Amino acid sequence: MATTTRDIGPLYNLRRFLGRSLPYVLLIISILPIVIGYAWLIIATFSYRTEGLFPIDANGNIGGWTLRNWAFLRDPKIWHVTLNSLGIALGMVVGVGFVSSLAAYALSRMNFAGRKAFLSLTLILHAFPSVTLLIAIFFVLNFISGIPVLGPRFGYNTVGGVALVMVSLELPLGVWLMKGFFDNISWDMERAALIDGASRFRVWWEIILPQIKPGLAALAIFNFLSGWSAFLIPFTFTVGTKVANLPVYLRQLISDTAPTNWNQIAAVGLFQLIPVMIFFIFTQEMLLNIYSGGAKGGV
Amino acid sequence: MRVKLENLTKRWGNVVGADHINLEVGDGEFVAFLGPSGCGKTTTLLMIAGIYKPTEGIIKFDGQIVNHLAPKDRNIGMVFQSYALYPHMTVFQNISYPLKLKKVPKEEMQKHAQRVADMMGIGHLMDRKPAQLSGGQQQRVALGRALVKEPDLLLFDEPLSNLDARLRLTMRSEIKRLQMELGITSIYVTHDQVEAMTMANRIAVMKDGRLQAYATPDELYDRPRTLFIAGFVGNPPMNFLEVEVVRENGDYHARREGFDVVVPADRGVKAAGQGTIIMGIRPEDITLGDEGIVGEVYVVEPLGRDDLVDVRIGKADIHVLADPEKGLKVGDMVRLNFDTHKIQFFDPQTEQSLLWTD
Ligand SMILES: Nc1ncnc2c1ncn2[C@@H]1O[C@H](COP(=O)(O)OP(=O)(O)O)[C@@H](O)[C@H]1O
Ligand SMILES: [Mg+2]
Repeated sequence: MATTTRDIGPLYNLRRFLGRSLPYVLLIISILPIVIGYAWLIIATFSYRTEGLFPIDANGNIGGWTLRNWAFLRDPKIWHVTLNSLGIALGMVVGVGFVSSLAAYALSRMNFAGRKAFLSLTLILHAFPSVTLLIAIFFVLNFISGIPVLGPRFGYNTVGGVALVMVSLELPLGVWLMKGFFDNISWDMERAALIDGASRFRVWWEIILPQIKPGLAALAIFNFLSGWSAFLIPFTFTVGTKVANLPVYLRQLISDTAPTNWNQIAAVGLFQLIPVMIFFIFTQEMLLNIYSGGAKGGV
Repeated sequence: MRVKLENLTKRWGNVVGADHINLEVGDGEFVAFLGPSGCGKTTTLLMIAGIYKPTEGIIKFDGQIVNHLAPKDRNIGMVFQSYALYPHMTVFQNISYPLKLKKVPKEEMQKHAQRVADMMGIGHLMDRKPAQLSGGQQQRVALGRALVKEPDLLLFDEPLSNLDARLRLTMRSEIKRLQMELGITSIYVTHDQVEAMTMANRIAVMKDGRLQAYATPDELYDRPRTLFIAGFVGNPPMNFLEVEVVRENGDYHARREGFDVVVPADRGVKAAGQGTIIMGIRPEDITLGDEGIVGEVYVVEPLGRDDLVDVRIGKADIHVLADPEKGLKVGDMVRLNFDTHKIQFFDPQTEQSLLWTD
């Protein structure tokens, strides 16, 4: 009897240790490829060539660190392109945020003819892959180009035009998300404000919007990220480097004729990634909000 | 301010919220809307507030039709069951919000809000957010917010339902006292008949969107016009028995198997010769004694001050209030005396009172 009880101790501890560490082991194994990928990317941007994870110089020896892949930072073009990316991203944040919080409020709170139909229509619209719409959008942008004041800003081959298209494609999702947040706000609060003497617009601005700040923030982040990394729309509706954004610029570095400097491409890619990563680290909690459908009972 | 509702109706497709409500509230009067959940109390209140547009009918304030007026132009204050405080604002900001919207100068706003908050006993909590307050305190903030703009009409939608029993009692008397002091015409929605009976000058009893009765608490209690009112008003509820009233030797008897009481002639005459009708008698109008109808104790529910005793007479169950000192037990035989001056009679088909018709 005595021996068995003594044996259970270590055995039990071992099993407990395994039980605790197993999830970590599994998690580490599963993210290992991603971590290695990023490590590779970062190392590659600072080397002439890499062999596996190791940078090598012209003679095939380990070493060969260099900053030449980052030389593009001295080219004013990259900053122009970055600015374009930023413009598209911020355009989406502001455009989608503003329009969808107004539209969703109306859809959540007011009863009007065609409300149901509108809601299901927007959902269907969201289901369309943007690729199928490219040709139609081209005609729309071309048409806008012909309008005097708007044309040069929002027409074909302009950053504004790209932002406009991206905003419209994102609106259905934005409206639905925002509607979910508005639906969570009690009607009584709104009625109380109306009785207190607020206009409908003030109710929206002073009473309701402050309650869905987490939702707005989540939507903003979401849109910033998708605007920042947009490729298909900018690639399709812009020509040349003047109005390209970062992902399109990256694509232009891959030449069909000359040999491609992959390490430079890695550097540009990393450059594009940095703001996103910083952004994500600070906002991931808010981003999760989008899936839980709003903050409840917050102060 | 006087309020008058004429044929006020609200429908959503087939759903009827309020159905041709006619009613008048006098200046400074405290009126309760009483009825079970879903009977249209809130709907009616929100139409008066201007939040819902009536499908039909007219709302008048002091003789003026206000149907077209927006809520903000009606000068009303409203207290909601959920309090409906603005969670992102402090208590001060909540209370002063109506003044801010009226563009009252800052200093005056501050003074006024503080005065109202002090009156409500929350003057020291001005910098808190609603989430940092107890339910009772939140309710006071809501009340303060409704009062701060000195409304002509106060609307309450079940304001005490979310409070615990003791706080409910305190707030009940406090609201009543405030209303009397300020003299503001008030409409108070509740499903709790004790609240309605104790607070209101008049009670509008509603059921299925219809106004069932509109009368003083005493009248509702002593002269219920319908079976529904008789059963809804009073706690514990009135007993109902199917009886036949016959005249014998100049006396009117209400009879059924194992049951026979002589009822006063003025009541008996209205119920006699109508076949089987429904007799109503409140538990507090029945006493246990040495004489009277014989019954068997079936259930004893202690209520504290009294025992609520379920007595079987033949096939009927009757609730009686008894002194706990008597120590009644299940199976005991008791004798019941009925205060026959309090007996009610109802037509089983129309469910109208046979005693109190127009
Ligand atoms: N906005 C609405 N749309 C459709 N039906 C409603 C609406 N508001 C209330 N109702 C219906 O009207 C009836 C009365 O509701 P309500 O006035 O809230 O009752 P109460 O306040 O007496 O509990 C209920 O049957 C309810 O389902
Ligand atoms: Mg209600």
